[in-house]
This record gives sequence, C-alpha cells and structure tokens, in this order.
Amino acid sequence: MTTQTIDPTPAATESLLTAETDAARAADGRVRGLRCRNCGRLEALGPSYVCAACFGPLEVTYDYARIRAEIQRATIEARPPGIWRYLELLPVDAPPERGLNVGSSPLLKGSRIGRELGVERLWLKDDTRNPTLSFKDRVVAVAAARAVTFGFDTLACASTGNLAGATAAAAAAVGLRAFVFVPADLEPAKISHALAYGATVVRIDGTYDELNRLCLEVADEEGWAFVNVNLRPFYAEGSKTLGLEIAEQLGWRLPDVVVVPVASGALLTKIGKAFEELVDVGLVEPRPVRFVGGQAEGCSPVATAFGNGSSEILPVRNPDTIVKSLAIGSPADGRYALELVRRTGGSVESVPDRTTAGWIRRLAATEGIYAETAGGVTLGAVEAARRSGVIQPDDEVVALLTGNGLKTPDARLFGLTDPGSSAAQNGLTPPIRPSLDAFEEWLDSGVWAREPAGVAS
Amino acid sequence: MSGVRIPPVLRTATGGQKQVTVPGETVGEVIDALVATYPALGAQLVAPTGGLNPFVNVFLNDTDIRHLEERATAVQPSDTLIILPAMAGGSLR
Repeated sequence: MTTQTIDPTPAATESLLTAETDAARAADGRVRGLRCRNCGRLEALGPSYVCAACFGPLEVTYDYARIRAEIQRATIEARPPGIWRYLELLPVDAPPERGLNVGSSPLLKGSRIGRELGVERLWLKDDTRNPTLSFKDRVVAVAAARAVTFGFDTLACASTGNLAGATAAAAAAVGLRAFVFVPADLEPAKISHALAYGATVVRIDGTYDELNRLCLEVADEEGWAFVNVNLRPFYAEGSKTLGLEIAEQLGWRLPDVVVVPVASGALLTKIGKAFEELVDVGLVEPRPVRFVGGQAEGCSPVATAFGNGSSEILPVRNPDTIVKSLAIGSPADGRYALELVRRTGGSVESVPDRTTAGWIRRLAATEGIYAETAGGVTLGAVEAARRSGVIQPDDEVVALLTGNGLKTPDARLFGLTDPGSSAAQNGLTPPIRPSLDAFEEWLDSGVWAREPAGVAS
Repeated sequence: MSGVRIPPVLRTATGGQKQVTVPGETVGEVIDALVATYPALGAQLVAPTGGLNPFVNVFLNDTDIRHLEERATAVQPSDTLIILPAMAGGSLR
C-alpha cells in the first residue's frame, strides 16, 4: 500500500503557509485562508471543509500580526451590539448588509442558582434570547454571510433542532431558500419553528448522525450551502463570539472556569480559540481557564472517553436522551474538545436526564431564565464538576445557557414522580369557578402546592 | 467486488469517477484494493501507521463501520461502501 506522508512539524507547516499565503491572502485581507488542521496546508477561502491533500479538516486562519496592530478595546466598545463588533476576528470582510441582530446576550450574575450549586461567583451567559432563541444564530449568521458572498442560492443544514430554526430564519433574512434536515423524532416545537420561516423541513427517519452523513453527500451533489458541512469552517468561527463577549463583559479578562454543553464539541473548542486569540492580539491578559463540558448521559461519547482516560471517542449508535440538541453520537470535534479539557485541567461530565430536568426547573425558579435541555445539562455539569473538585467554591465560573426552554416545553416535567398532586406533575390544577368562594376553597385545599425545591437526580 | 462511492474531494484520484468497483471480501480488503488501483487515494485514506486515516469515515451501505466490525466487516457484492470526511472544524490554532 502506498501512502504519502506529510511532514506535520511546525517548521514544515510554516513553510507551507509562507509559500501559499500570498494567494490566499489576496482573497481576503485579514483572513489568511483555510488551513488544514492535520497537515497545515493552506487553501484559498471557499466553500470547502476538507483538505484535498490529506482529508483533514479545514479551519479559518488569520493574519494575527495585522489584527494585533489594528484592533483596540475602545474600537470594539464603540460599535453597535452584536457579533459583528468583533469583525476583525471573524471570517468576513465587512458586516453583512442584511441579516438578523445576533449576539451581545447578557452575562448575568447567577448568585441564587450559584448558592444551590456551591459556586460563589457564577455567571450565566444567557443565549436563550437570540433571534431564534439559541446560540445557533451566531454560527449561522457567519455562515449565511459567507453563503451570500460565495453566491449560493440555497442555505441548508443538518440539525438536532436549534440549528434548523436558526438556518431557516437567517435564510429568510438574507433572501435565500432553505432546506433543513432533522431527525423525524425531533421536538415538534423546533420543527414548527423552522416551518414558520418558510423553510423546507426534510424529516429523516434516523439519528442525527445518519442524517448528517446524508447531508455530506447532498452538499456535494446538490451544490447547496450547508452551514455545518461545506461552510463549517466559517460557521464554527461564529461560536467564538460567545467567548469574545464573555471576556468583554467581564471587563476584558478571562474567568477561572467555563462550562459548555458538548454536542459536536465545536462550541467548547471555539471558545478556547477565542480566548487564545484575545490574548494573542493583546485584548486580555493570559490566564489559565479550565474548560468543563457537559453531555447527556444517554449520549455521552466525549464524557465516556474522558472518564476512561482514552483519547479515542467511541461513537454512540442510538442516543437515548431527552436532550435532543446534544444527541450527536459521533461528535466531529470531540477529539479536540477532549484535548482542550484535559490540557486545561477541566472535565467532561455526563448528566442524567432527571438531573437535567431538575436544573431547568431550578434555574427558572431562582433566576427567571427558562433554558432548554442543554442548559440543564450545563448546570448538571457545574454540579458534577463542583462535586469532583474540578470547580472550587471560590472560582469565577461562566455557565453557558445556549437555548430557550420554550423549544423543549415537555422537558421540565421529566422525572417528576409524585402522583398525588397534579400541580406537582405539570403545574396545572383543575379549573375553578370565577368566584371568591371557589378561589378561597382552592387556596385552602393546597392542591396548587408545587414540587419541593430539591433537584431530582 | 463491491461498489465504492467516491466523494468529490477524492474524485481527482479516480479520474472523476463517482463510483468505482473493486475486489475484496472485507471492508479492509476493499479499501486496500481501492488504494492499490488508485494510489493517489493513499494520502487521504491511509494513516502513516497503516490504518484508516482518522479523518475518514467509512459506511457500509448506511452503517458506520465503527458500529460493525470495522475493517474486518464482511462485504457482499451487492454492498456499497461510502467514504466521507469525518467533519471537524473546532480545533485550536
């Protein structure tokens, strides 16, 4: 068998970059091009995600010396809210003329839920309030901007749910048609959400991983702009904006710990990239940050590898969890997430669905934030990492709430077992007559008493 | 003999063919035969250690071979092997 071995040493890589940089840079100022993570080969910007030389993944690389010379805190602070305030660190030439208002979500003190978790300084990055109610608006905004400049007429995605709505809305906003591929058993609210924006929803009788494989083939054959396939290098860069915002909102500094839900693993690693870039371009002081990931117990390939001390991530064939948004059995960036977590002294936690539902309820009841299932997983991961000592009581911790609970309305009830009170089961009591007597009788009966404060786990 | 579906990024190595037929009774044998027939595929499909490149996913019909017996998975003449990139893009710099 004949193989061509590519020298992956830094010197060889830099040589390749130097040789090919001029052509790529000509394509787009600050952006050097697409660089292969595996062999370091540089390609010109384009709707491409696989290295033609070694099949490795491509990602956007920048001219950091130029950015360092140009970027300033004051310049960023003077710009309007939204992801484009970090333009220099995003793979677009200029903010797009059309698109949704995405990003600049609040970083809130989570002192009440923090007390329950045993974390004194807990911040909640509330990304439940983006235009389509999840952080996916960030990644899609970057991919959609690129789809327009590349001249595509169709925006598409392989989705576990949130991405479908984000892609559909972004396509509507920029004037592209949309095809979104989802597992047929996806929560109805998410399917309805995508349909509302006029997208064609392609329901696949299979798992996310199976429809993702299909989308790889469709992207190649149909020539559509799949945000998380052939536009993935650009799409993934959008995740950095969460990390950039966290640093700016903390007063241009980094926290001790960031806790992130893990599906493909790209969000966690891109926040790591954002922090490194901020240090490199001189916007924040370097500081060790531990990365903690959270996965649902019923689909936790990265957490399993972490727990086993393995570097190999064994795919989960049939995910079994209420956390549909994280149900990726074969996570594309899992190995990189694992590498980052280990290098920083963090962990990847596996969270049971009952625990997830319990933290959704507690978060809503203590902070007024209604998160979808991934948010419950994030808080469950905080709890587990606090218990194991990865998070210390005085650490400054940022927990990411990446989606809105209105998308997974049934999840908050999962695991409630008290059969004696309908209020404890679903929060609803039987209707009463519109009279004061009836109300006082109802009040005295106590049927409205809700479940106790404890988290079911 | 079984069919192997070739993704566009690899078609230069197969003379533009979308699907080729190569001999082999296991996934490993089919891949070895594929690389023997189209040597330029070696750099993309085969790791320096001789195993499958970690950035390559191989499916037997619709099933990831990691859910089967990987390279030892038996292949029937009516089967189709699909080669696809294992997407990733979230690595550190």
